[in-house]
Amino acid sequence: MHTKSIAELIRGLAKKTFSCKEITEHYLQRVETQDKQYNSFITVTAESALAEAEVADNARAKGANQSPLCGVPIAHKDIFCTEGVLTSCGSKMLANFISPYDATVVAKFKQAGAVMLGKTNMDEFAMGSSNESSYYGPVKNPWDLTRVPGGSSGGSAAAIAAHLVPGTTATDTGGSIRQPAALCGVTGLKPTYGRVSRFGMVAYASSLDQGGPITRTAEDAALMLNVMAGFDPKDSTSIDREVPDYTATLNDNLQGLRIGLPKEYFNASLNSEIAAALQLAIKEFEKLGASVHEVTLPHTDIAIPAYYVIAPAECSANLSRFDGVRYGYRCDNPKNLEDLYTRSRAEGFGAEVKRRILVGTYALSAGFYDAYYSKAQKIRRLIKQDFTDAFNSVDVILGPTTPSPAFVIGAMTKDPVQMYLEDIYTIATNLAGLPGISIPVGFVNNLPIGMQLLGNYFQEGKLLNIAHQFQLATDWHLKIAPTVCD
Amino acid sequence: MAINRSDIEKIAKLARLNINEDEITEVTESISNILSLVDKMQSTDTTGIEPMAHPMDAVQRLRPDIVTEKNEREKFQKIAPAAEAGLYLVPKVIE
Repeated sequence: MHTKSIAELIRGLAKKTFSCKEITEHYLQRVETQDKQYNSFITVTAESALAEAEVADNARAKGANQSPLCGVPIAHKDIFCTEGVLTSCGSKMLANFISPYDATVVAKFKQAGAVMLGKTNMDEFAMGSSNESSYYGPVKNPWDLTRVPGGSSGGSAAAIAAHLVPGTTATDTGGSIRQPAALCGVTGLKPTYGRVSRFGMVAYASSLDQGGPITRTAEDAALMLNVMAGFDPKDSTSIDREVPDYTATLNDNLQGLRIGLPKEYFNASLNSEIAAALQLAIKEFEKLGASVHEVTLPHTDIAIPAYYVIAPAECSANLSRFDGVRYGYRCDNPKNLEDLYTRSRAEGFGAEVKRRILVGTYALSAGFYDAYYSKAQKIRRLIKQDFTDAFNSVDVILGPTTPSPAFVIGAMTKDPVQMYLEDIYTIATNLAGLPGISIPVGFVNNLPIGMQLLGNYFQEGKLLNIAHQFQLATDWHLKIAPTVCD
Repeated sequence: MAINRSDIEKIAKLARLNINEDEITEVTESISNILSLVDKMQSTDTTGIEPMAHPMDAVQRLRPDIVTEKNEREKFQKIAPAAEAGLYLVPKVIE
């Protein structure tokens, strides 16, 4: 049952081949017995999951007009607030935080009747590319347990690759959906900024953060996005724009599709095996009727420097709310108010979070604003312009998701800057606010690698269509990691 | 831009973050490395470019000035480290 995609589960439920309760019990059993080797879950909500499954079975029996996802098990990244359930954000700071409300994304899945199995592990406050900064310990990559799953949505990607749950939610601020999806051999979609509500999603860098799904197939991602997307008055940057049915365009043909290959991605520094895998994928697209064109994104090199001003600056402002007063961690025996603030924060935050708060505080401090934050926002516009120019001549941009496959746990922890450079292909998308998807495209040394497709604003349907057509023609997304048991 | 130990102490104070004596050398070094990465921006000419705050240049939405949230003080204070009589408790600030 766990080898089935969400789409297959939905068909099985409709035919009454199995019940929601049977699926839920099966997956809970897998999480219980298998997750010790991956550490992909922080919280498992077995009891409420079984109750939700029963409700879903009743709804399906009544034949009421239910959402396709009714009775389908999912898990939320532990950054999404879940009422009555621990929402830790991978941090000691929130290790006691039982959220008093649901994030909009969580409420939408509840409304759809999906069954929540639990909350997935992540880098602390979504800051990291390896899941090693989690207070709950690193997640192991199902393709090689000595390697990282990527981050920050490492738990959400690993749980999909390990077949512990068929769909997860995740968030992407600089690549945190696409990079772990690539390193775990699964499908991850980062929607256009403003497409999915950020309400109840613990904020890291508000102008970049965006929620999206991680699944095994593009078709499943379309089913998940149908639930997640939409205007939310509770999110001041949510965009009021109609949500199409993302499954309706999956089977459009790719005849005449113009694919852009940025010359800044396909250069001498690209890993030759990743380049070879992408060339095979490009041939596949040509067979499907697409044409390939060179494009240029001249400001690719300065995306990471600009990101490491904007993200830390916004993080330093967002994380100032954690003060040991209203919720979250408070230090023992504070001497005075100042001591309460500084010690609660010093003891509650991990090293990477502190680094980013300090960088952000510095960049925003008196006298430096123009040189840092304002400069970075100007570069942001240049980066957006690069993409706008490219999309004048092509429909979609194709490239690698990551510079290399999953690295060994601990290999990059000594040098944060080296780890930051891992996000070279994903970060510019967040700065521009564009949608992107990563899908499996092959293997290097038996480790999965990802292909990234970037689209113009609100072209999620197009990206899912292209990814789905690729997945119909290839079987990279069907490969199963060696640690996955029956 | 080179950053030294006293700069770190200053920004740590601004950020209300205690940095221990045994961490400060390492923190200074890693923040310096990050700032050298960031300084690569300075070589890009941005004359006449407007800073971009939102990808679609959206502005803050306004809503009618009516109450939309109900008072849930008890629910929210239940998860506070220390609350009493509807108030959040902190160490004494006024002698």
